Amino acid sequence: MSTAPVWRDVARPYIAAFASRFLQMLQYRTAALAGFATQCWWGGIKVMVFAAFYGGTAIAGAATSMSLAQAITYTWLAQGLLVLMPWLGDPEVAQAVRTGAVAYDRLRPVDAYALWFARSAGWIAARVLPRVALMAAFAAVALPLAGLNDWAWQLPADVVAGLAFLLSAVLALLLSTAMVMLLNVAITAALNERGISAVATPVVIVLSGNLLPLALLPDAWQTALLLQPLAGLMDIPARLYFGQLVGWQALGALGIQVFWIAALVTLGRAAMGRTMRSLQVQGG
Amino acid sequence: MPHILVDHILKTYRISERDPGVMGALRGLLHRRYRTVEALSGVSFALQRGELLGFIGPNGAGKSTTIKILAGILRPDGGRVEIDGRDPFADRERHVARIGVVFGQRTQLWWDLPVGDGFDLLRDIYRVDPVRYRRTRDELVALLHLERVLGQPVRQLSLGQRMRAEIAAALLHEPDILFLDEPTIGLDAPSKLAVRDFVRRANRERGTTVLLTTHDMHDIEALAQRVIVIGHGRVLADSPVEALRAQVMAERRLVVDFAQDAVLPAQVHGATVQSRDGQTLVLDFDPAVTTAPSLIARIAAEHPVEDIRLEGMAIEAVIARFYAMHGASEA
Repeated sequence: MSTAPVWRDVARPYIAAFASRFLQMLQYRTAALAGFATQCWWGGIKVMVFAAFYGGTAIAGAATSMSLAQAITYTWLAQGLLVLMPWLGDPEVAQAVRTGAVAYDRLRPVDAYALWFARSAGWIAARVLPRVALMAAFAAVALPLAGLNDWAWQLPADVVAGLAFLLSAVLALLLSTAMVMLLNVAITAALNERGISAVATPVVIVLSGNLLPLALLPDAWQTALLLQPLAGLMDIPARLYFGQLVGWQALGALGIQVFWIAALVTLGRAAMGRTMRSLQVQGG
Repeated sequence: MPHILVDHILKTYRISERDPGVMGALRGLLHRRYRTVEALSGVSFALQRGELLGFIGPNGAGKSTTIKILAGILRPDGGRVEIDGRDPFADRERHVARIGVVFGQRTQLWWDLPVGDGFDLLRDIYRVDPVRYRRTRDELVALLHLERVLGQPVRQLSLGQRMRAEIAAALLHEPDILFLDEPTIGLDAPSKLAVRDFVRRANRERGTTVLLTTHDMHDIEALAQRVIVIGHGRVLADSPVEALRAQVMAERRLVVDFAQDAVLPAQVHGATVQSRDGQTLVLDFDPAVTTAPSLIARIAAEHPVEDIRLEGMAIEAVIARFYAMHGASEA
């Protein structure tokens, strides 16, 4: 037997779980359109706020780390990637826990963590991709056509920056999934996700850089901000997009993402193992 | 070596509780009270390859807990389980590849996916060879009459259709053991018959070991050779179905319709009057004390009788009495 079919057989359940969840989520077109409309609206407001700030002299120092055009592009990118932010557990997991159908997940001859991971990744990817595509069509194509080129989503710095961004975005998806997995495990243990989401939302939106580029936060915090796990969700991919990190710095940034994925997956696996050992599937 | 060996397993649950009402809720914020419930206190039995075992007992007796432990979902707090020589919890991934499970009250199919897509997903999750899968699936679809529902999302199925689809889903990977937890709950008569017929065939023709829990004694009568009665987390009886019936209930029932103008006897020697309704008298008797022919002869000689029917005690009544005998009825 050659190695390729063995590898494919091992990965088969997870690929199928990812694909199934991805295709299922793509059905919800109304939700994607509604989300897109909201994100355009907020994106427009943020762009105008940036324009006002950059127009004033008080904040001239900030313009050295990021130009207005970059800040605007960053805003559209962040709006497009909003659902990549991990402040919600996969509702399918929450539902499975409430109904007890989680028992069936324990009956599959696969790695339980990897199965949920694949499914949650499918859930996230299926919500992110249509929104990014719509946002790109609006901000990168429609706005320039309407003569609003100053407010448009600009192309990446160069081809290498574009490729580094794509790689980093895939890592951001894995990182986000690893975080959603922690939420999933917490939901399984506590049987309730609302409290966790309420705490997670503001932390995630600020520290990922989704609200504001982390570069605009105080200089003294920059190293810590870049090293913390949430930067890999938004800020690091964006810096690669603008070509602000090149060569070793770019590799280092990708390394930070990989490190946090590995750390959070390890943590998630341990937490899930603990939770599953004490899981009580009652009734019926 | 038995296919399934269960040796003195224990399981306790910790249940949080509070007094009802607002004050109870407030007190619950400050101080959580827990109560431990002993779900299983030393259940043991062995099952040979190809056996079909019925598992009965009142609600809360520990049937489902036992199935969940055998399936590898729950870890027992004590005791030992060995299935095919493996510990189901410690060796979960290899264990569950060889078993199929249906929980009658839950669904293992994906609510929004068409049944056929759910089957395909299970094929990949169990890594079933595609050629083999097609053959097994077509066979199951034909036997369980699922041709028309394959394209429908699970949420649109009737309960009977869904249960048949669930059973097919549990068998796509051709397991050696089938665990059925209340597979006929809430089904109409034709669906119950279809499920029973199918389970019997799987057991006889494929040699699948089957362990089934139910509250429907007709499932047990139609399917099981052997029955385990469980109550308060213990095995109360483990015997052939007929032996259980004989052990618990020697009693027979005679229903007598008297003629329009006849006066009903107040008492009948050798039998107890269970009820009287108009011209109908229901008598229970022990065939070891009075035989049916002599009882009938005596009544017919003294009273004008229109009809006499002899009934075995319904197995439901047998079991209810058995639970009561062991103090096992749910508190």
